[in-house]
Formats: sequence, C-alpha cells, structure tokens
Amino acid sequence: MPSTATLLSQAFSGFAFGTLLALMSSGLTIIFGTLGFVNFAHGAMFMLGAYAAFVVLTYTHSYIAALLAGAAVLLIVSVILERGLLQFFYARPPEDQLLVTFGLSVMLIEAIRYFFGSDSQRVSPPAWGDGIVDFGGLFYYPLYRVEVIGIAAAFLLAIYLLLYHTSVGLMVRAGIEDRLMVGLLGIDVRKIFLLVFAVGAMAAGVAGVIFAPLSAVIPDMGTPFLIQAFVVVVIGGLGSFGGAIVGGILVGVLLSVTTAFDPDWSQASIYLVMTLVLVLRPRGLFGAVGRI
Amino acid sequence: MSRTVAGGQLGNVSRRRVLKAGLGASATGLLIRLTTPHVWAKTYPTMGTFPAGVQGKTAFAAGMFPLTGPYASLGQDERKGFELAIEHLNNGSPVTEAVPSLKNGGGVLGKKLEAGTADSQTQTNPAVQAATRFIDSNNAVVMTGAISSAIAVALEELGQRKKVIYMGDITASNATTGKNCQRFGFRLMPDNYMACQALAPVLSKQLGHNLKAAYLVPDYTFGTSLYTSLTQAFAKYGWTAATEQLAPIGTTDFTSYLLNIANSGADVVFNEMVGADEITSTKQAVQFGIMKKMKFVIPLMSPFIEKPLGPEVLGGMYGEVPWYWSVQETNPLAKAFVADFHKKFNYIPRYCAAICYTNMIMWADAVSRAGTYYPPEVIKALESGYQVDTIAGKVWFRDADHQGVAPAFILEGKTKAEIKGEADDYKLVEIVPGEKIMEPLQDNGCHMPSVDAA
Repeated sequence: MPSTATLLSQAFSGFAFGTLLALMSSGLTIIFGTLGFVNFAHGAMFMLGAYAAFVVLTYTHSYIAALLAGAAVLLIVSVILERGLLQFFYARPPEDQLLVTFGLSVMLIEAIRYFFGSDSQRVSPPAWGDGIVDFGGLFYYPLYRVEVIGIAAAFLLAIYLLLYHTSVGLMVRAGIEDRLMVGLLGIDVRKIFLLVFAVGAMAAGVAGVIFAPLSAVIPDMGTPFLIQAFVVVVIGGLGSFGGAIVGGILVGVLLSVTTAFDPDWSQASIYLVMTLVLVLRPRGLFGAVGRI
Repeated sequence: MSRTVAGGQLGNVSRRRVLKAGLGASATGLLIRLTTPHVWAKTYPTMGTFPAGVQGKTAFAAGMFPLTGPYASLGQDERKGFELAIEHLNNGSPVTEAVPSLKNGGGVLGKKLEAGTADSQTQTNPAVQAATRFIDSNNAVVMTGAISSAIAVALEELGQRKKVIYMGDITASNATTGKNCQRFGFRLMPDNYMACQALAPVLSKQLGHNLKAAYLVPDYTFGTSLYTSLTQAFAKYGWTAATEQLAPIGTTDFTSYLLNIANSGADVVFNEMVGADEITSTKQAVQFGIMKKMKFVIPLMSPFIEKPLGPEVLGGMYGEVPWYWSVQETNPLAKAFVADFHKKFNYIPRYCAAICYTNMIMWADAVSRAGTYYPPEVIKALESGYQVDTIAGKVWFRDADHQGVAPAFILEGKTKAEIKGEADDYKLVEIVPGEKIMEPLQDNGCHMPSVDAA
C-alpha cells in the first residue's frame, strides 16, 4: 500500500492534469451538445494552440501574448472552417460529419508538419513558472503546474459565465436542449452554431498553449489528448459542460492515483471506468436523457 | 592403308581433339552456366516474390517508416536514409564503390531499385498492412523500416511468412534477434544488451558504484527488454533497481510516474522513453526538479531531442546511439555519406538515416555476392559473416541469430559553450566494437526457424 504522502501527491497531480483535460473536453462537449457532431479535429486544434505558443514565445517571450495568440489563431481558424465547410455538414448524416472533421484533423496536422517539420519545437515554461512548491513537506510539485490549475480554471470560469450568465449563453443552452425549437422561436441558429464552434475551438487552443511547456511540441501531439478528452466527455455526459469538468478531474485523478499502485493499470483504469459508466448510466454522469 | 592410317590417324586425332574440345566446351559452358547469375536464377524454384519481383527491369524495395505519431521525426530521417541508399545503389557513390560486389553500380545485379515507402503511423497494423500491399501488389524483394521493436518484430514475422527478407532498422529490443528471431529477419544496430554493455562501464565510472536506479520504461517489448539489459549490465557495478515505471507510447502526462520515481529513493533515473515521449517526460522531469535530486540519464538517446531539451539538460549526459555523424573524422565513407545526405536534404543525418542506409547496402551486397535474388541464397550470403566496409566501420551479421556485429557509439552531451555548429550536440566518447559486447548465443533465446517455416 502506497504511503499517504504518495497518494496525496498523486491525487493532487491528477487534479492538476484534470483541470487541463477539463478545459480541453469542455470545448469538445459544447460543440457536440450544440452542433450535434463529434469534432475529431479537436486534437489538431489543441496542437495549433501549442504551435501558436511556440511562435509567439520565440519572438516575444510573453506568456500572456501566447495565450491570446492561441485563442486568436483558433478563433480565425474556427470561423473559416465553420463558415467555409462545416456548416454544410449540419444536415448531413453523422458519418459524413465524422469523416469531415477527421479529414480536417489530418489536414491541419500535415499543414503544420509541412511548415515546421516533425521535430519537436522548444517551448519552456514562463520565468514566473520556474520553481518547485513544497506542500508542507508532504510532497513537491512544479510551480508552473500549480499555476496551470489556476489558468485552466480561469478559462473554464469564463466559458461558464458565457454559457450560464449571458443571454447568448441562454440561447446556446437552449440550442443544446432543443435545436428545432430555438430555430422556430426566430433565433438565428447559424450564428449560435458559429459562436459555439469558435468557443469550443478556442478552449482547445488555450489548452494547447498551457500544455506546450509541458510536452514535446510535435504535429501529432493532440491525438492522445483527443482520445482522453473523448473518455472524459463520455464519462461526464455528452454535451454537459459540468460533466466535462467533473469527468476531466476524475480521469486525471484516476490516471494518476492508479500509478501509485500499478503503473501498468493506469491507462486501462480510465477505460474500465468509462465502460462502467456506459453500462450503469449510458448517458454519462451528467448527460440529460434524450440529448443524443 | 595410308588413307586408313592417315584416316585413322586423322580420325583418331580428330576424334580425341573433338572429344577434348567437346568436353572442354561443355565444361566451360557448364562453368559459364554455373557462374552466370541470370542462368542460375532460372533454375531456382519460386519462393515469395521470387522470381516475379525480378523479372522486369527493376526490383522493388519497400520501406515502412513512422512518418506520423510520436516517432515521426525519427521516421522522416530514416526514410531519407532509405531514399539516399536507393539513389546510391542505382547511380553509384563512394560508399557503394567501397563494397567490392557493388563496385560497378547500376542497381543490384543489373536491376535498378524502385523504392516504395509507407507511413506506419508508429503502429504495428498500418506497418504490416503497407508491407503486405508492397509484397502482394509490387512484388517487393526486400523490406526495411520501423522505429519500434513492436513493429520490427511484426515485420520480420511477415517476412518469414511471405518469404521476403526484412532488414530491421531502429529496433533495439533483444527479442528482435532473440526469442522472436526469424530466418528472414536481420537487425544491424546494436541491441539493448549490446548498448548497455557498452554504456555501463562509462556511466558507472562517471556516476559511481552501488547506486539505486529508477526506471521510466515505455510499455512494450523495447522498453521491458532495455530494463532487463540495463539492470543486468549495471548489476556488475553494484547498481540495484529502486522502481520500474511502465508508461505507454504517447503518454501525455508523466508526472504521476515521476512522482513515484521522486519518492523511490533512487540515486539515478534512467529515462527509456523514445522520440517525442522522451522529450515530454524529460521536460516534465526537469520542471519537477528531479535532476537536482537525482542523476538523470537517457541511456539510448533519440535524435532530434537536442533542440527542444537544450544543452542545459543534455550537457554532460552520457548515452548510447548506433551511429553518430562525427565518426566522419575517421571514416571517409561516413564523410561521403554525410556530404551527400546534406546536399540532398539540407541537414546532417542522424542514426535512423544511417542505419537504414547501411542496411540497404548490406542487403544489396548480399544479393550481389549470392548472384541471385533467390531469398535462401541471399540469406546464406548475409549469414556468411562477410565483413562489409560501411559508414559505421566494418560490420557483419552473426549467423545464428542475425544480430548485426556493429559498433555502439557512446556520446556525451556538449555544454552550450562547447557547441560550435549544426548538430554539434555531442562529443563522441568511444566507439565500442560490436564483437566485444554481443550477447552470448546461449542466453539470447533465439531458435532460428528454417527458410520453409511459416
């Protein structure tokens, strides 16, 4: 049995990673909830955010500028993609939607590979993230990763406020519950869709910026993240914002704490829990009945 | 009488002469038949893609490389080495001209090589599917590729089944030429056993004896094999294992593994991850301050980790690689290879390119010496222990397990002040000859199947 300090440190580490996973998954889930399709390009969008961070940090060394750039790049890319391509797929069968976002993902990844190559780029944490925090002698944790919790939480809060405390957010949530009715009430659903897609993409982009100093920055970096985000969304409930947050933290903690017992079982544990959730509560922990 | 005598004499003489000449002629004819490759080729039975693959003007060589996924930067390098090898074998170069059987250039046995490459996506299934397609549709006569022992093992098994020779590139798992060895599979680069035997003396001299080591291990055949080889090689110096943390390929967050390592009480950390995973885990370890508490070692260094990690992490760190470009200072063939590669691709080649390149030269030499593409004869030529002058020095294959007798290069990361130019990231500390570090045959678990075994 691992010591309390080990378990505590693993739980904290999982929580830290979970917040980032929650940010990534929140984008995926609101796009699914509103637009009705799974965005397979979400991992590529995460990667675009990381590359935006690389470029901006190389030239400016400003982390704030990198965060803004990550959001801005994804805003532009998402508007172009939604208006230029995806809007024509809303009425198409799910397999077409799946294929088009999958294709987009391949194109985005290969475009980045074309310009930057396959080698990893150098992205370091900001100077104010350098250092190690001592948690009362129980365990130590890198300062930047502690700060990541705050940064990711701030962005999650911003999305929450937008969704739950604005009239636009009300329309989005209404759109998630009943797209047809919102349209019948005379609300321009197309604008809502565009907004949701952009916000979802920006969440992925910002998560990419935050994660870049922690990872190899390569064109394929989003793929394993996307898979974990899917697990989060399935556990939390497709389309549920709160579910993405709870699911993200749950998956993060699971991944982390299981390694204290047996690292071999760490990855398997999240799929086991996902299977359990699917069996006992097929719509996910916070998914509403009939949403899909 | 005279006529008879004359006739008899004439007849006798002429008969003897005719007989002699006839015998001579048929013997010469037989000799010519025996030594002319194309005549031989006709007499061999069908096997795999032979003779279908060599009936035209070209022969097809297939390469499966990870062009996407966490090993992509290594795979791109490897593919370029493959392309340059094909070009050099077809058009000649100082490297091919140094090999007697390839001196005349113009392809292999008069056939130009045609190259087909596919993206393995750093996964076994796409690699096997692509290879199968190249064999079935293009009649590929040789396969190469892989930056993962899992893929290499799958491809050599496919080679055995399809009767097509597979030259394994970047695959270090002992199993590739150990318990998974195949008659149709060859692996040139030093395996984990060899790498660790080469590294242990240098590293224990630098860091000391009787240390406790923690291991971050990629969760597949390469990682577990490297773990075994490291613990085995360092046990001689009194090192023990504190913890083994298995992490899958493409892990996004290593902190949970790193926390366990930080709590393990180890003096040294061996990071066995590869490619992008190696970078991610090392970056996270640096932020964790692990390097301040423990010595951090990347025993098998992936290429292209220098830019993202920088000399502040790699400076002074020892590691093993199967080839390093600065060997060109003493090896003129390596110099020619580096120059041609740089001209074509505009950067200095790393070991993935070098090993794949050399593998193709080894195969081409074997075909040329065998005088046929018939796989069993090529295999015999590869197994003969014939030493080839290459960009890594003289190398050959051990007959019993098909492990390359090739040198291990021990590198030490340069500090920022020591780095002078492009790719000048390491000092070449030592080139350990392959024959000194081979795993004894009785230990490696290879039961070599016959040519006919499926």
